[in-house]
Amino acid sequence: MSKTIKPVNPNTLRTAPDDDGHFGIFGGRFVAETLMPLILDVEKAYSDAKADPEFAKAVAYYFAQYVGRPSPLYFAERLTKQLGGAKIYLKREDLNHTGAHKVNNCIGQILLARRMGKGRIIAETGAGQHGVATATVCALFDIPCTIYMGSKDIERQAPNVYRMQMLGAEVKPVTVGSNSLKDAMNEAMRDWVANVEDTYYLIGTAAGPHPYPEMVRDFQCVIGNEVRDQIIQGEGRLPDTLVACIGGGSNALGLFHPFLDDADIRMIAVEAAGKGIETGLHAASLSAGRPGVLHGNRTYLLQDDDGQIKEAHSISAGLDYPGIGPEHSWLHDIGRAEYVSVTDDEAINAFKLLTKLEGIIPALESAHAIAHVIKLAPTLAKENIIVINLSGRGDKDLATVAAHSGEKLGGVL
Amino acid sequence: MSVKFETRIDETFRNLKAQGRAGFVAFITAGDPDLETSIQILKGLPQAGADVIELGMPFSDPMADGPAIQASSLRALNAGQTMIKTLGMVADFRVSNSTTPIVLMGYYNPIYSYGVEKFLNDAKKAGVDGLIIVDLPPEEEAELCLPALNVGINFIYLTAPTTTDERLPAVLRHASGFVYYVSITGITGTKKAAIGDIEKSLARIRAQSGLPIAVGFGISTPQDVADVAGVADGVVVGSALVKTIEAGLENDGKSGPNLVKDVLSLAGELAAGVRK
Repeated sequence: MSKTIKPVNPNTLRTAPDDDGHFGIFGGRFVAETLMPLILDVEKAYSDAKADPEFAKAVAYYFAQYVGRPSPLYFAERLTKQLGGAKIYLKREDLNHTGAHKVNNCIGQILLARRMGKGRIIAETGAGQHGVATATVCALFDIPCTIYMGSKDIERQAPNVYRMQMLGAEVKPVTVGSNSLKDAMNEAMRDWVANVEDTYYLIGTAAGPHPYPEMVRDFQCVIGNEVRDQIIQGEGRLPDTLVACIGGGSNALGLFHPFLDDADIRMIAVEAAGKGIETGLHAASLSAGRPGVLHGNRTYLLQDDDGQIKEAHSISAGLDYPGIGPEHSWLHDIGRAEYVSVTDDEAINAFKLLTKLEGIIPALESAHAIAHVIKLAPTLAKENIIVINLSGRGDKDLATVAAHSGEKLGGVL
Repeated sequence: MSVKFETRIDETFRNLKAQGRAGFVAFITAGDPDLETSIQILKGLPQAGADVIELGMPFSDPMADGPAIQASSLRALNAGQTMIKTLGMVADFRVSNSTTPIVLMGYYNPIYSYGVEKFLNDAKKAGVDGLIIVDLPPEEEAELCLPALNVGINFIYLTAPTTTDERLPAVLRHASGFVYYVSITGITGTKKAAIGDIEKSLARIRAQSGLPIAVGFGISTPQDVADVAGVADGVVVGSALVKTIEAGLENDGKSGPNLVKDVLSLAGELAAGVRK
């Protein structure tokens, strides 16, 4: 294949991936031949769109007028006081239309799909946040869409399923494998391979074959770019520590990427330790996995000794995935970002604490980031500024939290 | 890179050409429904009329496969199939058969996990002739295709209805053994292509390659086999065979008394399609 070599700038970590989609050894394009020409089409269309100021203008318009951006950077004063250490800010992606950061990426990709003249959208979803965001933009632009969702997730995220249906999406339950996010992604790819002519696959996280990891990250970078402006306005300087939860990793990359070259800024991504790493029931690909190839990219995966993919476990459906975006695998290996994990129980406690202290009900996914900060903030100086990406709102998780706490929705507590 | 070695695949397709017929390529998943039954089927396939055997390396996430082969992969894994056992099956087969080519088919991760170099050496030693790895397009040829050619194993490329004339040279550049034409846009064992469409696509490939072309996906009956045999050099059937394995299971999921016989008898009927 003829290749143009992109010059490597040793002074920045922000130019990856290379032209073949590699972040170090991670990333790439591991897909069946039937899909390969489509992937190349998406890559070309995205590259054209990036060079077109009209595209950027359209994205900015919908971000401002439809999503409600910029989202606030809120100083969590009571949480800060309670923890007695670093100063904690919350990037309020939960206040976006549809209630999570997922919509940023959906706006970008639906505008791309329109440019490509695609008449049908497919997507996978775990917690349903990406499914809702996809169904929303498809309603907005009047494009039919099919959302694949594991039957296990359909059960625990019923309100989101109903929301997607109200928005006009067809929700297809996936009953193979572990009935969760990875299987939904397999089914979406099977659909795509069968409907190559008119269908666009709107991947929800910064993973999959090139150019998806790069493209999804780019659309999510609005988060970090806003934080940069907002914190300078509020504090007159950049933050010291960035914290985000990580399943596939798009909200974390969106926050981190604009700061990658600010060497003094510490970045911490929080994986789901489920019932505990030692139990094997977790979704901590970086903490407990090893490199492998799945869903179009090389990345850290939870797998057995024979290279079979293991089922992930997390109380949070959005983190319940045995892999992670390839750029995170790279940032992990070069040591630029730290990857830690918190358990289901810790996340639930954080969920409750933030709700009581700040009147903000976080998504269970985002509660993982809060949980880590509960441990971290007291160890840091009062001058240290932490920004947490509050990636989504938690209304969808009330039934899960109630069940976990042995309580009943609608019962008298 | 022009390929400097010969495998049983080259020899088989040369013989088929001399006989003036297409080859029957039978797919089963290694270890489905259990190792012992799977070995019996494997060993019986040449006698039943299989000219080439595609042996599936089971994977937990077979993204290009339909429900029948997904279920077959899962049965094999649940019965404890591993890469070592799959390579062991090939070695066992070779004790009594030194002519029928075996092509391992599957996904990259189990190979990557095993270690590419060790895998290729062990596969060669076991008597593997070729590899079909669904998720390794030419863009990723450095991963396994080029190392495989170095040890004398054919890397068989898939071409699809979406593969344009402009893209074909890249796909065919390191192709050897045969070219696998995926006759439909879709997963295994689902829709069926029109013969006219297949014929047109094969002409496009033949214009750029002298390799034999086997056609697979959506071929399930002896008549389908006979139809495709009229235009292709090889005809692949997979889902129909593994469905017969599924049908031959007892209620507890264990291999039933007629399973091997039924699978081989279907293979025989299908193989008759290339000998009409």
